[in-house]
Amino acid sequence: MEKTQENSCAIQCQGIRKVFGTVVANDNIDLEVRYGEILALLGENGSGKTTLMNMLSGIYHPDEGRILIDGQQVDISCPTDAMRLGIGMIHQHFKLVDVFSAMDNIVLGTEEKKIKPKILRQKILDISHQFGLEVDPDKKIRQMSVSEKQTVEILKVLYRGARILILDEPTAVLTPQETEKLFAILRSMREQGAAIIIISHKLHEVMDISDRVTILRKGKSIETVNTAETNEKALTEKMVGRPVTLEIERPQTEKHERILDVYHLTVEREDGTTALDDVSFTINTGEILGVAGVAGSGQKELCESIAGLMPVKEGAILHKKQDIIRKTPSEIIELGISMSFVPEDRLGMGLVASMGMTDNMLLKTYHRGKGPFIDRKPNRELAERLVKELEIVTPDVETPVRLMSGGNVQKVLLGREIESDPNLLITAYPVRGLDINSSYLIYDLLNEQKKKQVAILFIGEDLDVLLELSDRIMVLCHGQITGIVDAKEVTKEQIGLMMTGSRAEEVLGNE
Amino acid sequence: MFLKFIVAAIVSGTPLLFGTLGEIAHEKCGHLNLGVEGMMSIGACAGFMTGYYTDRFWIAILAAFAAGVLSALVYAFLTVTLMANQNVTGLTMTIFGIGLSNFIGVTVLATTSSGTLKLSEHIMAQMGNIHIPVLSDLPVVGQLLFSYDPFVYVGVAIALAMGFYYNHTKVGLNVQAIGENPAAADAAGIRVTKLKYLNIMIGGGICGIGGAYCPMIINGGKWISDSVDGLGWIAVALVIFAMWSPNRAIFGSFVFGALRVLKFYVPKSVPVPAAIYDMLPFVITALVLILTSMGKSMGKSQPAACGLNYFREER
Repeated sequence: MEKTQENSCAIQCQGIRKVFGTVVANDNIDLEVRYGEILALLGENGSGKTTLMNMLSGIYHPDEGRILIDGQQVDISCPTDAMRLGIGMIHQHFKLVDVFSAMDNIVLGTEEKKIKPKILRQKILDISHQFGLEVDPDKKIRQMSVSEKQTVEILKVLYRGARILILDEPTAVLTPQETEKLFAILRSMREQGAAIIIISHKLHEVMDISDRVTILRKGKSIETVNTAETNEKALTEKMVGRPVTLEIERPQTEKHERILDVYHLTVEREDGTTALDDVSFTINTGEILGVAGVAGSGQKELCESIAGLMPVKEGAILHKKQDIIRKTPSEIIELGISMSFVPEDRLGMGLVASMGMTDNMLLKTYHRGKGPFIDRKPNRELAERLVKELEIVTPDVETPVRLMSGGNVQKVLLGREIESDPNLLITAYPVRGLDINSSYLIYDLLNEQKKKQVAILFIGEDLDVLLELSDRIMVLCHGQITGIVDAKEVTKEQIGLMMTGSRAEEVLGNE
Repeated sequence: MFLKFIVAAIVSGTPLLFGTLGEIAHEKCGHLNLGVEGMMSIGACAGFMTGYYTDRFWIAILAAFAAGVLSALVYAFLTVTLMANQNVTGLTMTIFGIGLSNFIGVTVLATTSSGTLKLSEHIMAQMGNIHIPVLSDLPVVGQLLFSYDPFVYVGVAIALAMGFYYNHTKVGLNVQAIGENPAAADAAGIRVTKLKYLNIMIGGGICGIGGAYCPMIINGGKWISDSVDGLGWIAVALVIFAMWSPNRAIFGSFVFGALRVLKFYVPKSVPVPAAIYDMLPFVITALVLILTSMGKSMGKSQPAACGLNYFREER
């Protein structure tokens, strides 16, 4: 702690206020980051973290308040200004041009005149070595894994001479091993005097990496604490503003019947690559089967082939001993199989972004109506009931869902699926981008369904959650199952190893 | 005979070359412009009328360019600043451009006593085929390379310059980044709006020159309504044929130019109705569209953000 007090201030925000229309996104926010420290910014969705960071990186302009960099008051009106001041932002959704090489992305938009690729490559490699980054400058972005892309993003800001780094939920898409690697890089930057702000929802990571934590709630800065002097529970309570329990329930259910059997399922993507390779597993009623895996390991194809949206090359999917492979999606829905798949852009599948809640409810029910006309009334009632039951925040049930916040969209989607009374619920990334409060609400919803003997296939990304919520965990790696394990008897590290290709027998055998 | 065919193909392909290059400039920065036909029509009218009244060829070309720039400015204001739908805006530009051009043509025609508008001999001489001593007199090569009207050389020079711009300059790289992922470009500190405006306007200007070629060269310096006659649409398709490369656009334009003049060079003994030849460019365009949409090779495909307007604060 004494060490950080010696270091000078990198950023000071004083009384920052930002209003969008009638919504106050930031209200009188104070924030301070010093060189040689990692500050975690913690807050629920809509607490104004991203807005604040966007003001530091020049995307928005504050309405009131002062920003001081190195003690000097500054005006950051565009991303170039931020860069000039040494601020580099690594966005949650990577801002990279897919068809360019890493090198082209790194130099993109820099002021320098054309320099020789050879010198440039050397410069990039020099920075890489300095901080322990690994990257091939000539590799195209589209051929890279998620963690490689992130490395390029980091290199991009370092190349521009950033001494203040802002990372917006950098670990959301990484495996535990990749997260460790990233943290090692961040620590190395801290040693070399950089100031780092990291936004994260994952409390254990905040505890692990940060020196201090600033908590935002409803657009206001609540408190800044030293990480060493606090714990996860205290942080959550400050963030939510009331006492909470951080435990995810795992209710035990009694009757287990096989409801879905998948035998030797092989699925090919449109481009001919194998998405799922000889996958076999079973789901029972009253059970949550968690699916872990690096993004793109076949999760999407698994959901879609069960829901009848994707052709199956080989294998069988039996629902209550009935093969459903040749059935149409609507026939599968009739059988009680319901899917709420939330892809990265959240709205891509399942909901129509420009429609209100009522019309989105209608999408699932209209074909049951009699006659050629649509009856909106029952759907509006359903939408209004969901708003009440699930505490969905929306001005009106007719407001387009794209204007709602992430957590509320998830609730609408899951709420609608549950309403159709399924016996098998497939849900992918239901808490992606959600804050703690909303996440727990979703977990409760799922557990409630489980108690009603619904079988749940839960595709998740936060391993801590998967371990606590699921009964069993199935790990996918490049379309193959590397193991199906009891969630109570496995560690996060073991799952992580299985996600990168080790077989369950090897991993568990080592213990 | 064959030599004459090649020369005719190049002359007939030149307006396509300009149109295609203009459209490439638009698509590279993420704007699908269906208004090429309209921008060419406006350029045709401005170029021809300026030539008619000033008798100066280079001023006519500049006027055609400026008119194209202006029409593209309208398009850019609607799509970049007001974020209007690009397809609708483009189609509107086409309808507006053709209409405006014909309207001015008819109005000016009404002022003449002869009932025809024809450029003077003086300006026709200025834009006639060039003649370089020695080089132009070489057998075959002279005719094939050194004896076209100045438009042809301007077009090829623009194509080569554009190829260099995209592949070897920093601004070109930035523009391509905008077309692929404007959010990434913005975050990298590239002035997205400024570069979009600039590229769209220059693209429009290039289209305008191509338009002027139609009444001034192809129609032999005589004003006829609808002189661009669908070339702008073929240019939009040619961009795909050229796979977004200005250098390949040179080749593509001349191939399509050849198809357009083919009917005059096939011996009379071949019993194919003339209508088939008129149809050929469009059939080939359709085939190219099918083929390119089947084999999607990366890097040679449409810029990823083409057709999508960019709004910084969108989630």
